[in-house]
Amino acid sequence: MVDQGTRPTFGVQALAVVVAAFLLVPLIFVLPISLTDRSYLSLPSEGLSLAHYKALWSDAAWLPAFGQSVVIGLVATLIATVAGTLCALGCWRAGGRISSSIRAIMVLPAVIPPVVYALGVYRLWIDLKILDTYTGVILAHAMMGMPYVIITVSAALSGFDRRLEAAAAGLGAGPVDRLRLIVLPIIAPGIFSGALFAFLSSWDELIVVLFIASRNILTLPRQIWDGINEDLDPSIAAVAVLLIVFSALLLFADQTLRKRRQG
Amino acid sequence: MGETKSAAARTGLLLAAPALLLLLLFYLFPVGRVLSLSVLEPTPGLGNYEMLFTSSGIQAVLSATARICLITTAIAVPLGYLMAYVITIGSRSMRTFMLYGVLLPLWVSALVRSFVWVTLLQRRGLVNQFLQSLGVIDQPLPLIWNEFGVIVGMVHYMIPYAVLPLLASMAAIDIRLVEAARGMGASRGRAFREVFLPLSMPGIAASAILVLILTFGFYTTPAILGGGRTMMIAQYITTQILVLPRWGVGAMLATVLVVVTIALLLLLSRFFDPSHSRTER
Repeated sequence: MVDQGTRPTFGVQALAVVVAAFLLVPLIFVLPISLTDRSYLSLPSEGLSLAHYKALWSDAAWLPAFGQSVVIGLVATLIATVAGTLCALGCWRAGGRISSSIRAIMVLPAVIPPVVYALGVYRLWIDLKILDTYTGVILAHAMMGMPYVIITVSAALSGFDRRLEAAAAGLGAGPVDRLRLIVLPIIAPGIFSGALFAFLSSWDELIVVLFIASRNILTLPRQIWDGINEDLDPSIAAVAVLLIVFSALLLFADQTLRKRRQG
Repeated sequence: MGETKSAAARTGLLLAAPALLLLLLFYLFPVGRVLSLSVLEPTPGLGNYEMLFTSSGIQAVLSATARICLITTAIAVPLGYLMAYVITIGSRSMRTFMLYGVLLPLWVSALVRSFVWVTLLQRRGLVNQFLQSLGVIDQPLPLIWNEFGVIVGMVHYMIPYAVLPLLASMAAIDIRLVEAARGMGASRGRAFREVFLPLSMPGIAASAILVLILTFGFYTTPAILGGGRTMMIAQYITTQILVLPRWGVGAMLATVLVVVTIALLLLLSRFFDPSHSRTER
């Protein structure tokens, strides 16, 4: 418990609230803009209108973009989660210096600026003839998602008491049972968090898609990007509102899970 | 555990193999190959790197990039510090509110957040309309498609990232030290300056380096809010490849990005380990 005398003063707290407001208020302002009754970005003048939300349903581009993003995100997340979890488990089991080197290499896609990867993957996909295909985008996104899974699963494993597994072995549990009954339940929240981050990284990914997709694959970020650069019509505000709500729900789910884990 | 140590290592490496193989084939190989173009295209040699010293266009991009990085860091880290400080030692309700203030923007994509700033800052945007209706200005201010707009968007994007390492470092500070200083008669300000602030220094360094790394190679926000007039390095590289295409120059600048990022990462690893930061002073 923090002492009264060391609590931040009212002035400091007020300033911090101003910063938080700077972060949050702009996100809230898109809501009225998405409900405007005019055809350009503006506040509603005479009344609220759902026209721009309806336009999302009837427009030929938005729904397929949403669907493609979901499919690409889910498959890329599946690959990243399976490969990443196995890798984190393997490094944990092997231990030693080689494991820390492997982990250091595996997180590179999360720290090297994605534009660098975009150049490399663009050239390779030309050679492999998978430019502008589901395979190409899914594979690239899976690479970019793996680091998150490895980081979160490794973190979950670092708090794991190895003696639990030894005790299970002593009681006669085989390797598969030990993995299923002891290790997996403990790292499950880490796998879930990693998968969530991997999905979000694919869901939001723009720069690589700008390079390796053009006509057949138009993900949601690509569609928003085109919209911002072409005509800035209020249907983008409607998409923005939906995405902000979606992010808030995911955040809430993640926080609730974390609390349950701690409590 | 029933297994010998080397058997455990072998199983372990076997489990890690698929991910490593994927990374090698579909990440490290293509990235390495494209970076090598910087000394191969259009002719073998260091000609592309000479452009760092001779091309005024590239120098303008690099200096704009450096300027935006430094200004963004200089604004985002102190503001992030304020938030982390209140989250760490503020009351419970404050803490929850501020924590969501940090986390929610973190979960909203850069694209959406940049778009939000377009709606606020453009010529007929809410900020200009508001200022005009108050009579503060006659003509709309140019708030976007320039460096100002990029910096507003970047600061907004980076504050949450600035907060995270600060929170980790502040959580490791024994708050009783501050209370002891207060108990011995130090003023609030003095207890902060002489006890809390020095203890949080590794967090400040980590936060500043993290924001620098992320800002340096960032594409989306500068591309949208800079409107092509203020160009940072990632966007310049994209133009080199997708518009011109000049692979040699693009690959050279990509190499610069990678080298600077790795140098900053090595610097970061000196501050990031919490056990290290506690013994720092």
